[in-house]
Amino acid sequence: MLNIRKIKKPHTGYNFAFLDENTKREIRRKTLKAVAIPGHQVPFASPELPIARGWGTGGLQVTMSLIGKQDILKVIDQGCDGGVNAVNIRNLLTQTTGVQTTFDTQAATVIQTRHRIPEEPLKENQILVLQVPIPEPLRFVEASMAKTQEMHAEMDYSRMWVFLYENIVKWGEITIGARYPSLVNGRYLIDPSPIPRWDVPKLNMADSLFLFGAGREKRIYAVPPYTRVEPMEFEDYRFRVEDFTGQACVRCGSIDTYMNEIYDGSSGEKFYVCSDSSYCDKVRNRKEGRDDVGK
Amino acid sequence: MGYVAVSGGTEAILNAEKLLTYFRLKGKSKPLLVEQIRDQMRLAVDKVMGEGALYAPNMAALAMKQAEGDLFEAAFILRAFRATQPRRYVSLAVDTTKMHLIRRISGAFQEIPGGQILGPTRDYTQRLVDFSLLSEQPKEMEKILSNIGIQIVPAQLPDTFPKVVDLLRREGLLAPLEPSQEVLDITRQTLSFPSCRSAKLQSLCRGETGAMMALAYSSVRGFGDIHPCLGELRVGYVPLYITHPGCTAKSVYVGRVLVTETEIIAQYSEGDKKNKPQLTLGYGLCFGHNELKAMAMAILDRSTRSKANEKAPAEDEEFVLYHIDGIEAAGFINHFKLPHYVTFQSTLDRLRQSQVVRGEAADAKHQED
Repeated sequence: MLNIRKIKKPHTGYNFAFLDENTKREIRRKTLKAVAIPGHQVPFASPELPIARGWGTGGLQVTMSLIGKQDILKVIDQGCDGGVNAVNIRNLLTQTTGVQTTFDTQAATVIQTRHRIPEEPLKENQILVLQVPIPEPLRFVEASMAKTQEMHAEMDYSRMWVFLYENIVKWGEITIGARYPSLVNGRYLIDPSPIPRWDVPKLNMADSLFLFGAGREKRIYAVPPYTRVEPMEFEDYRFRVEDFTGQACVRCGSIDTYMNEIYDGSSGEKFYVCSDSSYCDKVRNRKEGRDDVGK
Repeated sequence: MGYVAVSGGTEAILNAEKLLTYFRLKGKSKPLLVEQIRDQMRLAVDKVMGEGALYAPNMAALAMKQAEGDLFEAAFILRAFRATQPRRYVSLAVDTTKMHLIRRISGAFQEIPGGQILGPTRDYTQRLVDFSLLSEQPKEMEKILSNIGIQIVPAQLPDTFPKVVDLLRREGLLAPLEPSQEVLDITRQTLSFPSCRSAKLQSLCRGETGAMMALAYSSVRGFGDIHPCLGELRVGYVPLYITHPGCTAKSVYVGRVLVTETEIIAQYSEGDKKNKPQLTLGYGLCFGHNELKAMAMAILDRSTRSKANEKAPAEDEEFVLYHIDGIEAAGFINHFKLPHYVTFQSTLDRLRQSQVVRGEAADAKHQED
């Protein structure tokens, strides 16, 4: 298991949380605007970070602008705290802030994530920061950012409805897997970042704040607490989450989590395992009579 | 089932870093000095400074050493460093007629005021491998240097060179300059479209040479209708001034930077039927000695103002400006190396469901038949 205590002390040569205070202030202002207009994409300057574009720089900047010394940070990638990208991002944040980190979803105040919302429901005092590759939900039907801006302004999502309809005609089903377009507060269509459909209902009327940062595309948007988030669906073709019927996690036995399918290296046998690794640990430990999750 | 969740990321990352150093050093040749890169990899350093958007030859050379010569990576390191630096001053507009030239050519006129200066160029060299470089000796290098030194004692060059395109402007053959606008800082404000000219030129200025070359090539080859003629290309040092911090009436010299500047002349300006037909200009300027980039920039500056054929990628400014940034493009293309287990699982779910639905439909049809 990963030992976070080993991580080096904060760097001295850089400002707290890497960004200079002016840049943080701008991001905070843009974040407040994003919260005030749920689902609206707010442009921001998005300077380069020492992490590559497309590797979480939007989420990082949002986290860096809001994190304080008292925060407890959790970083996950694909639901996992120990993956290389999660480790890399966590290292940058801890080296430049010295904040305490955790694997336990419930103990964290700020969670930065790529592609997942944790299985355990978030609370009012928690903020989930999602890394976003493509902030524009209309990119499926329109390549130009200038044109999609107009479509959002006019709430003209007709081409998106046609796209879904054509999906059904062509393939018998809506084929969008992750990043399922959803309407926020009955007004703006968002790309909820490439979370699986499994996680989309967690955005709806949640207790916590969700912030979305797209670094390369330079956009911030938000789903505030207690805000409606409705995935696009037809009366006869409902939005449906991923189907894991009949599968149980081989590690913890859960049957109610989002799982990844894994192929055994030698036998080639397929089995399923929870994508939220710390939740999986928690369930397993509870079953084995322990109650600790890696911290 | 002996499955263990993927972890151990910290260790893997540390080992990967160690391996990078190992691969850089395992040949056991002498350590590469940063000044060697700066002096002898001059053009690569210039490219990195341009794309990294920071004029700092030593830093660029250091970044190249660190990146084992990967220029995308070096430019990224430089750009990320730049993003942490405060911006204390904005220089006054540079007057490139005051450029201290090392090269200046025109493709438009045989004779130009001030004359053509070929300068250091590989344009007319034969691309034969120079095997003598395999065993270059310090003594020979000194000898060559002292011999050349005699020849380049400044022949009385004038202080300023008039712009070739000013000849055309004086005769009314060239469309007048657009009124200057406020300068938008693209590192502080997000690009929006239609973009203002200052934002466009800044984006082009720090674009990736290869990407810009490909788009400019597409425009002149057929996907567009810019048929450029090189009005002038000049390479040299331009002095930079800032307003005196205490006295706004005074300007203070803060140093000089090497730049490449290009003006391409394209065909008649379009649209305005009231006016006489005139030629139009495309402008390119970048850090260092990088002629290909300055040429491509000038072509793209002009092509993105064309209204003739919006289907040509090089004439769509949103297309051009969003796709020429090497640091953004490289980052995103590279990011597909990250795990995508979750999203791929979601894709598989949809595909399997679609196969079930389609399979049922096919079965039903089969039964009908």
